[in-house]
Amino acid sequence: MFTKILRYILFAITWLIFSLPVMAVDINTLMLVNTCVGCHGPDGSSLGPATPSIAGMSKFAFIQAMQEAKTNERPTTIMGRLARGYTDTEIETMADFFSKQKPVVYPQRVNAEKAKKGARLHKYYCESCHRDNGRKDEHNSGILAGQWMPYLKISLLEFLSGRPAPTKMNKRLEFIVDSYGKDSIDELVHFYASQKEQ
Amino acid sequence: MSNLSRRQFVTIAAGSVAAAGMVSFPFIARGANQKVVVIGGGSGGAIAAKYIRMADPTIDVTLIEQNKYYHTCFMSNEVLSGERTIDSIKFSYKGLNKYAINFIYSRAMNIDPVAKTIRLAGGEEVAFDKLIVSPGVEFKWDAIDGYNAEVAEKIPHAWKAGSQTVTLRKQLEEMKDGGTVIISAPPKPFRCPPGPYERASQIANYFKHHKPKSKVLLFDANQAFSKQGLFTQGWEKMYGYGTDNSMIEWIPSHEEGEVVGVNVKANAVIAGEFEDEYPADVLNIIPPQTAAKIVLDSGLTDDSGWCPVNQKTFESSLHKDIYVIGDACIAGPMPKSAYSANTQAKVCAEAILSELQGREMATPSYVNTCYSVVGDDFGISVAAIYRLDNGKIISVPDSGGISPIDASAQTRKYEVAYAHSWFSNITYEMFN
Repeated sequence: MFTKILRYILFAITWLIFSLPVMAVDINTLMLVNTCVGCHGPDGSSLGPATPSIAGMSKFAFIQAMQEAKTNERPTTIMGRLARGYTDTEIETMADFFSKQKPVVYPQRVNAEKAKKGARLHKYYCESCHRDNGRKDEHNSGILAGQWMPYLKISLLEFLSGRPAPTKMNKRLEFIVDSYGKDSIDELVHFYASQKEQ
Repeated sequence: MSNLSRRQFVTIAAGSVAAAGMVSFPFIARGANQKVVVIGGGSGGAIAAKYIRMADPTIDVTLIEQNKYYHTCFMSNEVLSGERTIDSIKFSYKGLNKYAINFIYSRAMNIDPVAKTIRLAGGEEVAFDKLIVSPGVEFKWDAIDGYNAEVAEKIPHAWKAGSQTVTLRKQLEEMKDGGTVIISAPPKPFRCPPGPYERASQIANYFKHHKPKSKVLLFDANQAFSKQGLFTQGWEKMYGYGTDNSMIEWIPSHEEGEVVGVNVKANAVIAGEFEDEYPADVLNIIPPQTAAKIVLDSGLTDDSGWCPVNQKTFESSLHKDIYVIGDACIAGPMPKSAYSANTQAKVCAEAILSELQGREMATPSYVNTCYSVVGDDFGISVAAIYRLDNGKIISVPDSGGISPIDASAQTRKYEVAYAHSWFSNITYEMFN
C-alpha cells in the first residue's frame, strides 16, 4: 500500500521536474530575443539614456514597428537595417516574448512643472487611447509611461513630420502644438517620463 | 510507525522524497556536476559564464580573469577626448555574484587539451569538462622595430583599455597647442575595425575645442577602412578634412602609411617603403595583432594566428571540448567587436548547454551592432544579422550595413544618444 503511494508520489515529482523546462521559454525564442537585449536591455527594459524599452509592448505594436522599420516607412537610425535580417516568423516570436515581459522603469531627471503641464495635455488629448497615463498598450501604441525621454521626443517629432499614425492622433498632435506652442511636446515627454512603476 | 498516522507518513515521505529528488535528480541523471571553465571576463566570457548559470544552475561554472576590474575598450576613445572619465568605463564583477559563478582572479597561462586542465600563473591547475576561451588579442611585439611591451608603457597602444588609456589622455592634455599626434593603425584583422578612425576623430574633437592648432596624423597599414565614407564625411564637416587646415590627415599604406618602426629617442615613427622618420609630440602605436597568447601557446590557432572554430558551436576545430569566442576566433564575416563577442557567447553557451543536457541545439542567431562617435552630435553605426548556412556564418542578404551616407543631421545626433545607450545596456548585461 505504502509502496504504491510512494511510487505515485515519486512519479508525480519526476513529472514535475521534467515539465519545468517545458514551462520555461522555448530555446529558439531565447536565442532570438537574446540578440536584442544587448541594446534594448534585460528582457527588453532599456537602461537608456535613449534606446527605447520594448518590454510589455503589444504583439501587434512590436510587429508593426519591425515591419515599418523594414520598409523605412517608420524612420529609424539602425533598427531598419537590423529588422531586415529577420523573417516574419522570427519577428512574431520576438513580439510574443517581449509582450509578456513586465517593463522596468528607471528614474529620469524630470522637470516637475513641465510634467504637470504635460499631465493636463495628456488627460485631454491622449488618455482616451494611451490609457492609465500611457501605461497601457491597448491600442498597439507601445508603452509611453516611463519610456526614455530622448526616445519619446524623437518619436513625437517624427509623428509631427509624417510618421504613420492614426489620423486622430496626427490631428490632435498638430492641434496641441498649434494651441500650446512647441514646448508642449517637451511637456508631454516630461509627463510620460515621470510615470513610475505601479 | 505506530505513532504516525497514515496521512502524516505520506506527508513526511512526500516532503523528503521531494527534497531529495529536487537536489539529487540532476546528479543522478548526469552522474556528477559538469564543470565548465571560462577564461577571460570580457564581452564574450562574462556573458557565456552568466548565460550558462542562468540556464542551468546544476552546471558548475568557473571564470578565470586576471583583473578585478574590467575597463571596456568600447567608449575608451571618449576618455581620450575628455568626453568621459576612466571610471565610467570601469566595472567590477560583483554584480555577477548572484549567479554563483566561481571567480578565480589569476592569469591562465596554458591549456592542456588532453588532460583537460588549465595552468594558472601561480602554478595551480584547474580541471574542466568544457572550456570556453574568450581571451581577446595579443600584440605582435616583433612587428614594429623598436616597439615592445616596455616601450608601450611610455608610448602607449591604449588598445586594451585601462592604465594606458589614462597615460595617453595625460599626454594629450600636456601637449602644447600646435602639436602633432601620430596614430598608427595596424593591418587587418584587428580588434575593433573602426576603432583607430574613431580615435582620430575623438582626439581631433578634443583639439578642436581645446588646442585648435594641433593635428592628428593617422598612419595606416591599410588602403581602406571601416565606415570610411561616413568617417570622411564627418571629418570634412567638423575637422576641415581635405583642406590645408585639416585637423586629421590620413596616410594610407600606398602613401607610405605603414609604420614599420619607432625611434623612441626621437619620439618618431618610421614608416613606408623608404623608412622615413616622422616625429610627433604624442605617439599612439596600435600594433598588429593575433589571438591572445594563451591560445597561441595552447595550439588553438592556425597559420593565420587566429582560432578556427565550428561556426555553429564555437568549438575549436583543433581541440575537442574547448570553445573559442570573441576577438580570438575566426567567425566568418563577423568583425572583432564587443557585440559580436556578446552574441557568440550566447550561441556558444547554448551549444554547451544543449550538449550537456542531451538535447538538440537551438538555431544559432548572431548579431553585430557597432557605433562610432565621430564628434559632437555626429554618430555613425554598422549593423549585421548573421545566420548559419551550410556550416558557415553568413550575413543575411539585404540586411545590415552602415548608416546612410545622406542621413540628416538629426539622425547623426540621435546615433550618438543610441551609441551611449548601447554602451549602458551591453555593460549592464555583462556585469549584472
